[in-house]
Amino acid sequence: MATEVSQSQTRAPQPGIDVPGWLRKNLFSTWYNSLISVVLLVIVVQVVTGFFQWAFTTEGWIAAASNGRLILVGRYPAAELWRPQLALALVAILLGLSGGVWRGIAQALTIGFAGMMLVLTALWTQLPPANPPAPLTTELVLVGIAALVGGAYAAGRAGGERLRWPIIVGWFLAYPTIIMILQGFGGTAVPTNLWGGLMLTMLLSVSGIVLSFPLGVLLALGRRSSLPVVKFFCVVYIELIRGVPLITVLFMAQLMLPLFLPSEVRIDAVVRAVVAVTLFSAAYLAENVRGGLQSIPKGQVEAARALGLNVVKTTLLITLPQALKAVIPVLVGQFISLFKDTSLVAIIGLLDLLGVARAINTQPEWLGFPGGVWRETFFVVAVIYWIFSFTMSRSSRQIEANLNRGAR
Amino acid sequence: MATAAPPVQKTTIPFWRDTRILAVLFQVLFVIIVVGVLWFFYTTMMAGLRQANLLPSFAFLSQPASFSIGESVIAYDPSNTYGYALLIGVLNTIRVAIAGVILATIIGIILGISRLSENWLLRNVATVYVEIVRNVPLLLQLFMWLALTQTFPRQQDSISIFGLIYLHNRGVTMAWPVTGSDFGAWVPWLWLGLLAGIAFYVVRRIQFARRDRPGVAMPQAFLLAGAVVAIGYVFVGLSNGEWPLSLSIPELQRFNFVGGIGLTPGFAALLAGLVIYTSVFIGEIVRSGIQAVNKGQREAARALGLTPGQTLRLVIFPQALRIMIPPMTSQYLNLTKNSSLAVAVGYPDLFSIAGTTLNQTGQTVPVIMMVMAAYLTVSLVTSLFMNWYNKRIQLVER
Repeated sequence: MATEVSQSQTRAPQPGIDVPGWLRKNLFSTWYNSLISVVLLVIVVQVVTGFFQWAFTTEGWIAAASNGRLILVGRYPAAELWRPQLALALVAILLGLSGGVWRGIAQALTIGFAGMMLVLTALWTQLPPANPPAPLTTELVLVGIAALVGGAYAAGRAGGERLRWPIIVGWFLAYPTIIMILQGFGGTAVPTNLWGGLMLTMLLSVSGIVLSFPLGVLLALGRRSSLPVVKFFCVVYIELIRGVPLITVLFMAQLMLPLFLPSEVRIDAVVRAVVAVTLFSAAYLAENVRGGLQSIPKGQVEAARALGLNVVKTTLLITLPQALKAVIPVLVGQFISLFKDTSLVAIIGLLDLLGVARAINTQPEWLGFPGGVWRETFFVVAVIYWIFSFTMSRSSRQIEANLNRGAR
Repeated sequence: MATAAPPVQKTTIPFWRDTRILAVLFQVLFVIIVVGVLWFFYTTMMAGLRQANLLPSFAFLSQPASFSIGESVIAYDPSNTYGYALLIGVLNTIRVAIAGVILATIIGIILGISRLSENWLLRNVATVYVEIVRNVPLLLQLFMWLALTQTFPRQQDSISIFGLIYLHNRGVTMAWPVTGSDFGAWVPWLWLGLLAGIAFYVVRRIQFARRDRPGVAMPQAFLLAGAVVAIGYVFVGLSNGEWPLSLSIPELQRFNFVGGIGLTPGFAALLAGLVIYTSVFIGEIVRSGIQAVNKGQREAARALGLTPGQTLRLVIFPQALRIMIPPMTSQYLNLTKNSSLAVAVGYPDLFSIAGTTLNQTGQTVPVIMMVMAAYLTVSLVTSLFMNWYNKRIQLVER
């Protein structure tokens, strides 16, 4: 008690807002700090003014603007655009419901998603109208999806806890459903070589995580297995893949996969890229999951065995759930780097977000622009990549903080 | 009592419940499946290649490559063999990787320290910079750098940076140390310096061991070696009237630059992209490494009267280094692997030369195998070295 009182008495007086004091403390505390501050200030002012001058005077934005659809969905046929829109709506409903039920990060993501839709709508209204005019304009669809998110969010809040499991099941079914919607049932409507833009980038990175997940978990378990043959195989696979660049795996899939399979089996470039990304990502995922498995105290396994659970049950019911929960932030991190790494498919000629940007730069309409339009298109694409990566890295940090709070 | 116990019967577990037998059976099955799948791939591939008359063989390695390579560390001519061309690729990859690792480490350390600076402006500028760079794909950054090099002016109107670096549409020309004609006279001094340094280090170590006291000998050893080398430099330079090693500053002649070292646009773009991208990740490793050092260490050092600089250099950094080494290793390896993106900016690294070889010879399988083996070797050697270094550093802890 006494110490508390004395502490409160000796607490330093709270300074008010004191501009000179703040400046002296944070910018000009020593002579070299003053020097750094002044030099940096000059650079920052130069860069920022230069940027705004460029951004508001350049006319090259038209290149990215008039290729909005190419950037978002690539060469996906206009008549079939309802498919990606339906897929987006599905994601919107699931996200909205999750936001309503779980709140926290999911809620923040829901708001961000709705906001993005509205921003996109605003951008779209600036564009010249489609030719021929579509019955359902893109603006309308985007606003509709934003409304859908809101509705789903409200439904999620109203539904509360009992929606948890349906939503989780929904997320698990979302990936195959979306692939089916995009391809058309039976894979006849839209061949994958027409997929592109942001849609292809998302698809490759989500496939990379979703499809590599079972493989990666098996490899992680195999690497910790007591069976020497299995362990050896898993170690060789993981180290082999992690030792080579993604681009060699992509090339291998492009060139050697067709050789490995009988000539009747034809798989196109997008599927081959998915295979490469999956095989590559599985090795990294395995190492991440192994980290999680190693963090489980040995007592957990021993207790499970003492209760009479066999090896399979111990793994499935005791170790894996705990390990996977512990590595969620790491897996988000892996997803971010995969999201960025999928840009490598532009080298093998796919029209992902980056490939589309390069294609726009070489369109003949923009040859008249002095110096080309690469600054504007690359900037737009970089901003798209940035928004996604930054959002995900922030979410992963939040998840990590939440997990730590639970563990404390 | 004893007779009441039933006779112990030797119970045998049925073999389908014996884990030892099951383990063996499972592994046999595993091997059969893996080998079966691989065998299927192999036979299909060989059948297809036989039909296309492209059976894998390494004979192409000794055939003339007959394509030109933009830049190489050692002399190359299109009449050289494919094997030699691939060697050029390996050397080019190593060249950009070494330059990249050194520069990325320096910039990364500066960034990491800036992120923790007391200076509000510096700290926040560094944070914004890191968040921008690391959330944009490397390949996109490389394309931007390459496009930027194409906007540089002609050599006659080069952009000059302090008269030491010139940017122009043929790449970058910058000042570079060159050896003089009597460099040979200086070489013995280099050896002498090295020997003196090692001898000093060994003697000091033995002294420390004898007195059973900890001590630092490395900095003085470096100082001694440096002093010997410097004396030799001055001696040779004064006696011959020409410095054995001097900085060659590029000068614009009528058509091109004379002196200095020229970097192609591809190399410059690749190096810039790799360094800027990797240094951001290294910066984050440095920052978290420094933050992981116990706060008491800093406070104790400050209480002992060490300046902030000394605290960082003598107390914080050596301890942070231990935490930083493993993630740094993987960043160095990432940089080396990412250098394969050279193919997108036209720098003839291993991967890009292998691509040309593959297109010309059609030998898909051997070429891809060789490229993968080369990257694997680099990865394994680097991780072995870094593991050794890591162990050496960990020993400092008592």
